Formats: sequence, C-alpha cells, structure tokens
Amino acid sequence: MTAVKTSTSQKRVARTVLCAGLFAILAGCSTLGDYAASRSSKDPLEPVNRGMHAVNKGVDTVVLRPVSMVYGTVIPARLRTGIGNMASNLGEPANFVNNLLQARLDQAATNGTRFLINSTIGVLGLLDVATLMGIEGRPADFGETLHVWGAGEGAYLELPLFGPSTTRDATGLIIDFAMNPFGYLSPSDDVLSAARRVRIADTVGLRYSLRSTIDAVLYDSTDSYAQSRLIYLQNRRFELNDFATGDWEAVNGEGQAPSASDPYADPYLDPYADPYSQ
Amino acid sequence: MFDRPNRRAVLTGLIAASSFALSAPHIAQAAMTERDAVALIQTVSADLNAIASGSAAASPPQFERILDRYADMPIIAQTVLGVEWRSASDAQRRGFTQALRGYLARKYGARFHEFEGGSIEVMGARPIRSFFEVRSRARLAGQAPVEVIWLVSDGSGQLRIFNILIEGIDLRSTEAQEMRSILDANGGSIDVLIAALNAS
Repeated sequence: MTAVKTSTSQKRVARTVLCAGLFAILAGCSTLGDYAASRSSKDPLEPVNRGMHAVNKGVDTVVLRPVSMVYGTVIPARLRTGIGNMASNLGEPANFVNNLLQARLDQAATNGTRFLINSTIGVLGLLDVATLMGIEGRPADFGETLHVWGAGEGAYLELPLFGPSTTRDATGLIIDFAMNPFGYLSPSDDVLSAARRVRIADTVGLRYSLRSTIDAVLYDSTDSYAQSRLIYLQNRRFELNDFATGDWEAVNGEGQAPSASDPYADPYLDPYADPYSQ
Repeated sequence: MFDRPNRRAVLTGLIAASSFALSAPHIAQAAMTERDAVALIQTVSADLNAIASGSAAASPPQFERILDRYADMPIIAQTVLGVEWRSASDAQRRGFTQALRGYLARKYGARFHEFEGGSIEVMGARPIRSFFEVRSRARLAGQAPVEVIWLVSDGSGQLRIFNILIEGIDLRSTEAQEMRSILDANGGSIDVLIAALNAS
C-alpha cells in the first residue's frame, strides 16, 4: 500500500511536470513547419537516421524477429488476436482525447463507446465486441492532432525502437505517452505493468503476423532505410489527409507539382504524375 | 518497433501491395471512359483471385502473363528507372523493361498465394488529367479493408495500368527507390542493374 501511495504522489508530480512541458512543446511545434520549409536537403537528419536504422535493424535481427517466431509458434492465433484487441482497447482513451482535440466529435464518441463496450462485455478488451456490433473505430494520435492544428511534417526521423517517424510525429508520440491513462498516468503500478506487457506482446505478435512484409522491406530491399522512409511518409500522408480520394493535388495544392512543396518527392515519385505528359 | 495502431495500417497496406501488384486489358479502342476503367480493374481482380487460389509455384509465370495483359510495362519501366532512362541506350531500355517484368513477377507472384480468399470491390472511377483513377477496397481474411487505387491510362494505345497505390503507398515509387538503391550500390551502371534484376 505504501509503495502504491508513494508512486501515486510521485506520479502527480510527474504529471505536473509533463503538463508544463507539454505547453512548452506545443509552443515549439508551430516552428516545426518553418523548419521543414527552410531546410534544403530532403532528409537533413539522414546520417543520424541511418545510424539509428542500423541499430533498430540489429535489434530486430537479434531480438524481435527470433522472439516473434517463437511467440507465433507457441501462442495460438486466437490468443494472439485477443492480445492485439487488448492493446488496441488500451489505446482507445488516447484515440478519444485526440479525436476530441481534432474536433472529430463523432469519432470521439465512437472511441468512448468502443472502450466502454470492449472493456466490459469484451472482457478487458480481449474481444472486440464493438466491431462485431458495427462500431468501428478510427485510430488517432497526437502527431495527427498537431497536423490538424496546422503543424508541418517536419524532418524525417528514425526513432530508437519505434522506427520511422517525423519530428512532428515524434513530438506527438511523447505527448501521447504523457497523457495515456495506461502509461505513466496509470491508476496503479499493477495496471501500468500489465498494460506494458500487453503492448509488448502485441508488438511481438504484429512482428509475427506481418513477418513476410516486414522481412521484405528490412532484409530483401537493397536500401532498407530508404524503403522504410518512403513507405512511412507515403502511408502517413495518406492517413493524415483522409486520402479517401487519393487526390495528390488536394494535399499539395491544385496544379502544384509535389516537388514544389514536398522535399521527398521528385517528379518520378509523384504517384499521380502522368507518364505520358513528361 | 511496430506497436502503434496506425502502423498496422501501413503494414496491412504493404501486404496488400505485394499482393495486387502492377497489372491491366486491351479494352479501350476509341476514347476510354470511366466504365472501361472500372471494367478493366474488375477483370484484373478476377484474374488475380484465380492466381491467389492456385499453387504458389505456378504464381510467378501466371503473374508475368498478368503483367503482359494489363500493365503498361514500357511506361512503368521508363518512370521506374527515372532520369537514367534518358541516358540509356535502346538495347539497355529493352533489357531493363524485360528484366523488370521478370523481377516484378517473381517478387509479387511468389507471395500472392498468401492472399487466398481475399476480394477486391471496385468503388468507382474518375478522370484525372489524361488518365483515370479507379478506387477499390481489398478485403483480406481477418484484416481491416485496404484502400487500393489503380491509375489507368490509354497512352500506350491500349487501356493499361501504370501505377497502383495501396493505403497511399505507391508501387511505382517504391520500385523506383529500389532501382535507385541498386544503381547507387553499383556505381550507376544500368547493365549491372539489369543483371541484378535478372538474378533476383
């Protein structure tokens, strides 16, 4: 009991510090767009990023990949799916808050409903009953919230263990960590460590279920760093712009070549470049 | 390393990317219409489903036939090679186009049987400049639906596919990046690139 009490008060202090830090970071975020606009090189942090990519790839080769193969063989598929559901359910409060901050009120309501249903009827999130009932969620993160608020993408950034990101999305990740009720704000240490174990198991499970794709990018491509960067940025932009129309011009401005606003793209990398008009 | 929910979408997209690779038929004679573009993708989808339910070993050669029938290989080869295309000789251009065809068929064909039981639902098409965008939704067993966009042009004289985007990840860019990486690793020799593709 004493231990829990101490840690709760410590957490309160931590929360205050984090909140103070949050505003400082938020204030700094508006400058990210300027940074993106001013840099001339297409990947200013490339040397550092490549070093981090080599480390991440090493961790995957030596730890994550072998562990995931054992995990996938030992744990039955149904249980792996259940753990994946639990991890997703733990993310619902963060989805709720971010959709709220993005003024997507319907989505926030959906996240709230999903969390209530899956945490109760779904046995602590093990079963995704909400989806079966037709209540499908939309994941949201603070990097996206920053995008909605007008922050630019920033520079590409490969994070230790988390992999591909951007300076904006990495900022968002820190804030998501800070405000996750199943992270450092957990009601008790037991909840924190249980949630952490679920997340780790989920990561290992994903590494297993997506192994052929991840292996193809990491081990079969000639330059896995460049492939990861391209894939991450294209998919991230697709998500953020609700790319349902696939309209490249909507992202970059009418009639605007992607290269004008997008340092990663050149005419050959614009997916909508008309091959017969070049 | 891969523990955020949206990472799931990336990877699901990638899986689908590998499955529904560059493909398209010879429908358009006069001006192509949205209906032609939709019909093309429906035909491709049916052919791809047939491959997925067949044996893994038979996939790469079947995939080559799909590329021949539906993909605008000359223009794909040109855009995937990028600036190097301009300096390449005619023999190199032919060699590269042929090597790329085999490489794509082996790369995507080999994994295609993993997607048995999947289906592609065509949502609609619209004109963009001189070509068409066909939107579709791929459903794979036990996965959230994946958005697949097909870009179709009749610039070659026949209605054919020149790019595919899966959850925003476009195959022409990822392959262009791969070609560039191989060239960078080989001092920019197109002949070495062709040999590397043939050896893949």
